Amino acid sequence: MQAVKKPSLLESSLKDAAGGALVTLALAAVMIGMKVDVASGRGAELFIEYRWFAVAMAVVVVFAGRLVMNLFFWRTDNSVAAAVSGLMPKSKAGSGLGAALKPLLLIVAIALPFALMFWLGARGSRQYIDLAILVTTYVMLGWGLNIVVGLAGLLDLGYVAFYAVGAYSYALLAQYFGFSFWICLPLAGILAAFWGIILGFPVLRLRGDYLAIVTLAFGEIIRVVLLNWYEFTGGPDGISGIPRPTFFGLEFTRGEGGFADFFGLDYSSIHRIIFLYYLILIMALMTNFVTMRLRRMPIGRAWEALREDEIACRSLGINTTNTKLTAFALGAMFGGFAGSFFATRQGFISPESFTFIESAVILAIVVLGGLGSQIGVVIASIFMIGGFEFFREFEEYRMLVFGLLMVVIMVWKPRGLVSTRAPSVSLSKSAKGISADLVQEGHG
Amino acid sequence: MTQWNDNPVLTVEHLTMRFGGLTAIDNLSFNVGRGDITALIGPNGAGKTTVFNCTTGFYKPTEGRLVMRRTNGEKYLLERMPDFKISAHAKVARTFQNIRLFGGMTILENLMVAQHNPLMVASNWTIGGLLGLGGYRHANVDAIEKAKYWLDKTGLIDRADLPAAELPYGDQRRLEIARAMCTGPELLCLDEPAAGLNPKESLELNELLMYIRKEHDTSVLLIEHDMSVVMEISDHVVVLDYGVKISDGTPEEVKNDPHVIAAYLGVDDDEVDQIEEEVGL
Ligand SMILES: Nc1ncnc2c1ncn2[C@@H]1O[C@H](COP(=O)(O)OP(=O)(O)O)[C@@H](O)[C@H]1O
Ligand SMILES: [Mg+2]
Repeated sequence: MQAVKKPSLLESSLKDAAGGALVTLALAAVMIGMKVDVASGRGAELFIEYRWFAVAMAVVVVFAGRLVMNLFFWRTDNSVAAAVSGLMPKSKAGSGLGAALKPLLLIVAIALPFALMFWLGARGSRQYIDLAILVTTYVMLGWGLNIVVGLAGLLDLGYVAFYAVGAYSYALLAQYFGFSFWICLPLAGILAAFWGIILGFPVLRLRGDYLAIVTLAFGEIIRVVLLNWYEFTGGPDGISGIPRPTFFGLEFTRGEGGFADFFGLDYSSIHRIIFLYYLILIMALMTNFVTMRLRRMPIGRAWEALREDEIACRSLGINTTNTKLTAFALGAMFGGFAGSFFATRQGFISPESFTFIESAVILAIVVLGGLGSQIGVVIASIFMIGGFEFFREFEEYRMLVFGLLMVVIMVWKPRGLVSTRAPSVSLSKSAKGISADLVQEGHG
Repeated sequence: MTQWNDNPVLTVEHLTMRFGGLTAIDNLSFNVGRGDITALIGPNGAGKTTVFNCTTGFYKPTEGRLVMRRTNGEKYLLERMPDFKISAHAKVARTFQNIRLFGGMTILENLMVAQHNPLMVASNWTIGGLLGLGGYRHANVDAIEKAKYWLDKTGLIDRADLPAAELPYGDQRRLEIARAMCTGPELLCLDEPAAGLNPKESLELNELLMYIRKEHDTSVLLIEHDMSVVMEISDHVVVLDYGVKISDGTPEEVKNDPHVIAAYLGVDDDEVDQIEEEVGL
């Protein structure tokens, strides 16, 4: 028995969308619909090219866009956020799963190549092991960046620079001095850490957006230098013929003295792929191990405290400059390790592999996984990198689908997939995780 | 009764702090006696927090000297030191007027962060700790014990694993004091520790401060609005108004100082003169 009937959501939304479309029509008719051009045929005469189809497109897009926004986002009582949350499993269920998830994932990761070989044979599984290597590389990069962004709260948009430094360190050391992978791996890490400190010094005074911009620029500078220093780095041609890693001196080659020969196996190119997979898996697990240990040590706690409140840190006698530098250097070092792995896996590198989009993907993995969460990075990597490959068939639409999926996830879980922080030390055994709503994201 | 002049832990000499055209502190000198609870009082905007910020290195004073004398005889010129070194070496700890806890970390973690420097040394700057050497493990256990001690003293022990941001306001204030004490300070600077506390919490705070002073050889410098608190627990009161010291003495002396009465009640200058005449100044 409502006296004044409130206009229904659909009705009001339609009205609003129609209004928007009308405004668009008025504006687009002149701004998009007519284009003055110089006629090439009849001298230099001006004429107007009419593009009514484009106008129609614009109007339809605005109408549909406003309608969707009205229906699902702008009316709080029926927001997509609530709808999506309703569809998704509750986070409570996730946390119970979480405890079992880690060992399970580890077992799957270790058994993966053999399981694939068993089911698909050497030929069929190669593609999947390659994908697993890629995913694991991103897991390692994500874990490395997590130190800087997730723990220390420093927004680094140029992380790929350290990946590049690592890759080029190995490639150049191998090219000029003939060093092997195992010598270059630590060197690449050290060089990347060194560059992390070089970058760290000038940017430490900056916070938030400024820090992000400078790190972004740094990433681009490294790439542009690699691109233009032709005599040293080969510029856009890149560096090819980067030596493959050996298994304790055994090369993965056919015939006498190779890996297969030594172990009495039939030669197969899959051996090297599997070796590479375990190599990156071990490197990634080392990264995780070190990070988890550091979290429970004074330096790790200082990183997190820095993210929470820098001024309070200084009042407690913490040298925030050094603390930030160690975070930068350590994150960079793991990036460098991953970079030299990338170089040895590909056998060829060029600056094209180190564009900003790489930094963005790694950062997206960290944010999507939940800042500071190690397991979150794994899930996000599998989802993002795996998903990316999975959607490859859709060609140009995959970015669109992918972007949409990410939006949905961030609406559903704004603090990332794993949004609890485990305390680094506790008195009682049953200490609970800390909700991400209480955890700061850092200011710089 | 001027023990603060005989054996000061902190000497503030001709401290001046200007922000552009605004002189927040003007030629301020006073002493903080060793083992005393010294109160710095004054109306809002008098420059009390600014004195703290100069003492703890967050502001560099425009002019003046701040001398910290530690019990072991070492002397530090605070105005020349970066903030984190003042805490680490000169052993001056502080709390903030608007509480600054590590909200997303547990209460215990907050106190562990406060023991960063000794733990860093014990872990051989992380390397020893990473390799699992025994020295660090012992130091870690000791640090947890120290944290437990202060949690016990502040009544937070049963909530040690809760995130600091979830604590009620009064408990946050006490946690901040506990955190400052975990750095092992010789001078503890508290910026309005009783602000927003209910009478019961306020009483507990007084007891805590008395305890700290008695058992830990820590001198306390506190900013306070609540005159009853000041009168009850402080040995020495310094009164600021518009960046100028208008009174300095025992609580009894300060309470009867006409300048203080005028500043606090907002009386005209004429009336101050009148009162001054009456009391024979
Ligand atoms: N960083 C700053 N920049 C400019 N002015 C400041 C700054 N800090 C304090 N002030 C000014 O100094 C004066 C004293 O402030 P403060 O020390 O906070 O007073 P209170 O005694 O209430 O703690 C105020 O007028 C304040 O506006
Ligand atoms: Mg103040």
